[in-house]
Amino acid sequence: MSDLAYAPAMTTLAGQRPAVVTFLVRLVREKPLGAVGGAVFLVFLLCGIFADFLAPYGVNETNMAHRLEAPSWDFPLGTDHLGRDVLSRILIGAQLSMIVAFLAAGFATVVSLAIGVVSGYFGGKTDMVVQRGVDAWMTFPDLVLLIVIISVVGPGVVQIVVVLGLLYGIAGSRIVRGAVISVKENMYTHAAQSIGARTWHILIRHIVPNVMPVVIVLFTTRIGAVILTEAGLSFLGLGVPPPAPTWGSMLSGTGRTYMYLGAWLALAPGLCLTIVVYAINVYGDALRDLLDPRMRGSQ
Amino acid sequence: MDTNLTGPLLDVQDLSVSFRTDRGIVRAVDGVSFHVDAGETLAIVGESGSGKSVTALSLLRLLDAAGSIDSGRVLFDGENLLDLDARAIRSIRGDRIAMIFQEPMSSLNPVLTIGKQVAEPIRLHRGTPWQDALREAERLLDHSRIPDAPARLKDYPHQFSGGMRQRTMIAMALACRPKLIIADEPTTALDVTVQAQILALLKELTREADSALILITHDLGVVARYADRVAVMYAGRIVETANARDLYGEPRHPYTQGLMASIPGVEGSIGHRLKTIDGQPPDLARLPPGCAFAPRCERATGACREATPALEPAGNGRLAACIRL
Repeated sequence: MSDLAYAPAMTTLAGQRPAVVTFLVRLVREKPLGAVGGAVFLVFLLCGIFADFLAPYGVNETNMAHRLEAPSWDFPLGTDHLGRDVLSRILIGAQLSMIVAFLAAGFATVVSLAIGVVSGYFGGKTDMVVQRGVDAWMTFPDLVLLIVIISVVGPGVVQIVVVLGLLYGIAGSRIVRGAVISVKENMYTHAAQSIGARTWHILIRHIVPNVMPVVIVLFTTRIGAVILTEAGLSFLGLGVPPPAPTWGSMLSGTGRTYMYLGAWLALAPGLCLTIVVYAINVYGDALRDLLDPRMRGSQ
Repeated sequence: MDTNLTGPLLDVQDLSVSFRTDRGIVRAVDGVSFHVDAGETLAIVGESGSGKSVTALSLLRLLDAAGSIDSGRVLFDGENLLDLDARAIRSIRGDRIAMIFQEPMSSLNPVLTIGKQVAEPIRLHRGTPWQDALREAERLLDHSRIPDAPARLKDYPHQFSGGMRQRTMIAMALACRPKLIIADEPTTALDVTVQAQILALLKELTREADSALILITHDLGVVARYADRVAVMYAGRIVETANARDLYGEPRHPYTQGLMASIPGVEGSIGHRLKTIDGQPPDLARLPPGCAFAPRCERATGACREATPALEPAGNGRLAACIRL
């Protein structure tokens, strides 16, 4: 059974049960906290997806008769200074956060994969040049780079996705590169060469599938990082522009201004951020432990 | 120098390979020449580090970036493989010349099914549609004695034992009916009973397909049973080549004699210490001048340490590189 530890999780499916079921059983049994994290994140994700149906009021529907009201049955999370329902705004905010998170983390993963696979597989001079480029990029502090770029190109979902994607993508390429270097030393890449496979064929069919466990973990942890960074940018006024209700801008705008009149205005988006990022991080850690063979047996 | 089609299938001439290492340039293969006739089994024998695997990889130009082929020609069907461009050499790999590696545990990709991997060379070289390639893979696996091949087609490598994986590799190697199969220590990682089965299977299937076989091994017992001819390598050079039977009957080169003497025998083994060759194989980065085996050789003289001996006829169609013969 030692072979099982060697094979990435995707192949452990080959038994009777489908892969996903086997994986979920292992997750719950071996990493209960991670399972809870995954479940909590899933709840937020579903809220985001169905926000339009779940939100009891319109996002920008003002109601001057109910300004700065404390949580009640009508307004479960209270209302803000314009009488907008905080729950509705949190839900739509979740949607925005998820859209930005998945797009940016997805883009980042693609960038990491492309750079990491090329750099790691070809090695030598290619690796040298690419890695010095990555080094140079990583000497800039993330936030400074973000603020400069966003203030030049202006805020917006597309800009944020591209910039965050590049930022995390380039940094994450190191991890993919490391995985590629160890995978390419496996005999099956030599065997693939010996049957006359082209380089791109080897990359797509033999290298990429075998670094997928690392890539999946990278993607998961990036989601948390992107949500936080996007909130940070919104807090600074560089995120998705108002009146879109992002958690970051809810914190910095109404949350900060009316904190003393209505603590729920700051608590709701703040807690949502904390919980969702904590959940995805815990889930990401569990995933790494389950998917990464090197982590097997530690604990 | 015969390059027409009546010549040998594979004719390696004066092949030299070196590696860039932290300790300078190391000559791993030094002026090696040998040939393989169609349908013949040539064994290349030697200790670890004698250059036998590097020789095998060089034939198909599969060395990694640190290794480079310095000189020589590899004539396959009269065509120098070392002159071909990348596309041309790819079209030969796996089609006309196939390889089997020594680690069946890691030679198969863990995320692809057995069927897909065996079908892959057929797809690559023949452009056969998946369904037909998979059917052919099933036939090949069945032929390589994988029990219940149709069902095992969808299995993943970790569900296979070492022996079954090596059978799979054999099936893959035979997929395009190659004229030459290079097997680099195909049984090293397997246990002894399985080793014999795998070698017998390899021999049988290559004979059936009329393929030539280069069998790289450090196991002289393997050589005796399966090879037609033998080339013995030491420190990157061939020191003796002969028909397998002649080599067994009467090894000429002192190194070959040493190897033969150090095989544990059945008779008279009780109470006798097994003979060994004193010393260690030389460091390729610091080869002694003259014959590389001289420091370990019982018959070495001063002259042995001056010039590297060339491979010369030593009677009965054999060649040996020793001035003391």
